[in-house]
Order: sequence, then C-alpha cells, then structure tokens
Amino acid sequence: MNENFNIEIISPEKKLFAEKGKSVTIPSFEGEMTILPDHISIITFLRPGVININENKKKYFVEEGTVEFSKNNLTILSSTIIELDSLSKDVISSMLEESEKELNQENLDDKKRYIISHKIDCLSQINL
Amino acid sequence: MPSLDDLRKRISSVKSTQKITKAMKMVAAAKLRKAQEMAENGRPYSDKMNVIIQNLSKAINDPSNAPKLLIGSGDDKTHLCVVMTADRGLCGGFNTNIVKQAKNYFNKILKESKNLKIITVGTKGLDQLKREYGKYIVKKIDFKNKKQISFKDASLVGDEIVKLFQNNEFDKCIIFYNKFKNVMTQIPQSQQLIPAKKEDETKTEQESSYDFEPEEDEILEDLLPKNISTQIYKGFLENSASEQGSRMTAMDNATRNAGDLVEKLTINYNRSRQAAITKELIEIISGAESL
Repeated sequence: MNENFNIEIISPEKKLFAEKGKSVTIPSFEGEMTILPDHISIITFLRPGVININENKKKYFVEEGTVEFSKNNLTILSSTIIELDSLSKDVISSMLEESEKELNQENLDDKKRYIISHKIDCLSQINL
Repeated sequence: MPSLDDLRKRISSVKSTQKITKAMKMVAAAKLRKAQEMAENGRPYSDKMNVIIQNLSKAINDPSNAPKLLIGSGDDKTHLCVVMTADRGLCGGFNTNIVKQAKNYFNKILKESKNLKIITVGTKGLDQLKREYGKYIVKKIDFKNKKQISFKDASLVGDEIVKLFQNNEFDKCIIFYNKFKNVMTQIPQSQQLIPAKKEDETKTEQESSYDFEPEEDEILEDLLPKNISTQIYKGFLENSASEQGSRMTAMDNATRNAGDLVEKLTINYNRSRQAAITKELIEIISGAESL
C-alpha cells in the first residue's frame, strides 16, 4: 500500500508546495477534513482556516480555495494563501480588524456572514 | 546637397536616438525574463482549474440546473468583448495586432445586428478603438500606475464581468489578448469566457467518479467566477510577456536601423568633406598656374 501521496499547493503566482506527505488537514467548506493516502476521489472548496500538512510540519492560512484529490494526488488551488510562519501578530490583528468591519456591514448575505465569522474565529485562534 | 554642418547634426541626433532604443531594448529584455517566468509559473494554476471544471461539468447530469456561467444565458444577443492591450507604446505591432483582431470580430457581430459591448483594459487599445467604437465602450480599465499586475487586479476585472453577467447585461463574453509564443512571435488570441466552452467530450478517458462536498452545483458556483478571474489573469501574464518581447524586437530593429542610417550619413559626410577639400585644392592649384 502507498504510505505517501503527492501534495501540491498552487497559487496563481506560482507553485508554493510540492512534496509527498502522509496527511493533510483542510478547512473544507462543511467542516475540517483530514486526507490520508487512498482517500476517495473528492472535489471540495475551502472556507477560511488553516491547512496542516504532515501533522504540524507545515501550516498555511487560506481564505478560500479549491481542493481536488484523485488517485493519491492532492491539489489545492488558492489565490489567498499565506504560510503561517510568515504571519506576524500585526498582520493578523489588522486582518481581524478588517474582517470585523466587513461583518458589520448590513447588506451581507448568510453565506458571506458565515465565511467572515469563520475567518475571525480562525484568526483569533492563531493569535493565542 | 546638405551642408557639412547639417550632416554632422543629423549624425549626432540619430546616434542619440540609437542610444535610447538600445537602452529600451535592454530594459525590455530584463522585464521579459521576469514576465516570462511569471507566465510560466501561473500556468499550473489555470491548467488545474480547467481540469477541475471539466470534471465537474461532466458530473452534472441535468443541464437545466447548471449554473448560468457554465452554460450561458441561452441567448446570443449581446456580446461583451474585453480587449486587453498595453499601457505603453513603442512595442511594434503588439497593440495594433490585438485591436485588428478585435475589430474584425466587432464588425462580424455588428453585421449580424447583435449588440456589442466593449471593455478596454490598457490605454493603448482604448486610444485606437474610441473613435470608431466609442459608443460601445462600457468600461475602461487601466493599470498605468501599477508596476506588476497581481491576481487581485485581475479578479477586480473578473468580478466586474460576473456582476454584469448577473445583471443580464450580456450573453457572451470574449477576451482578446496576445499569446506569448516566443520572443519573435506573439499570436493575437480570442477566447470565449462565458459560457465556458466545453472541450471535446472524451468521456472514456476519465471515468473516475468524484465525491462532491457540498453538491456539484454549489462548488461550480464558487469556482466559476474564480475561473474567470484566473483566465483574465492568465491573459494579463501572457500579454505582459508578449508586450516586452514585442518591444524588445521592435527596439532591436530600431537600433539596427539607426546603425545603418549612421553609416550612410557618415559616408555622405566624408564624401562632401573630401569634395570640399578637393575643390579648395583645385582652386589653389589653378590660381598658382595662372600666375
């Protein structure tokens, strides 16, 4: 049996990450999901959260993205992806402030509200 | 016959023009390398995006339920054309080629008495289009004060298009840009964005069934607007690589032409100088002989 599978993280600018790994946890739209080798083929998209590769070996913060897994190839496409180590406290707090401002706007639909509140949750957890 | 002084002035002016074109060529070459790299780095993203969308659209069984962005509004009345050009000139036929291709398309549409709407990206295309097609232009976008176009800028344009589509402002969307083949050749391209064109159906190739979470159409609804931004970003990247490539060739030609011109002028200059000397000598000699 395969113990590893290919992981690729691609942003519009470049390929961010391409390695083999054992497990990846993604913040899928309907809840967190951990992908292990020989997972069933799946397509899903992400809500704001943290991608965790190989149990805390590498972490990324994403706001949105699309995930495809088939035949032991995992592809994550995201235009808003930041490596967690490169985030500083100032950046996080300014992002928090911004999203809180967004949340207070009146003409938000439920979906947007759901996404933004998740973003706030996730960001404030990083801060701890 | 121009005087010696005039010739000297012309030579020096051509030489300084040559210096400018040479410098522009170097700058374009440096920028080209960067732009080319970016275009290549951007390819995996849009390729993967395409694959996923193909897989998704195969999974949709009931086409009447599919999102409008994929199958179109079912009408073919109003065409929205996005013409992407550069913000700067002096790059050979780069801008003209795109505009020419776009104009052909416009004329075809107008002949079929369909409605035409134009979005111009980049000032040079706007300059060339606004006289003839000014009344069709609905939006002008340029990135004149931006050094590097980021994905965010592209998604601004993409969001704009999606919004117009949702307001039923158009039925079909086509983008025009130059595809970068190599430094010498750039191919003007037109690409249909909405409805997303299905590639030839080769169903046998991939029969793997996917699990979708949430439902297919929900994912598609999230993905399709992103895909539009991605395609536009790809257009930007190809365009900027093409622009620099085209400018490099144009400036290379200009430098060479200036060199030829300087050579010709120098020969002319030397000849007239020699003629003047010979004339003076003849005058002196014939003066001495007559004594």
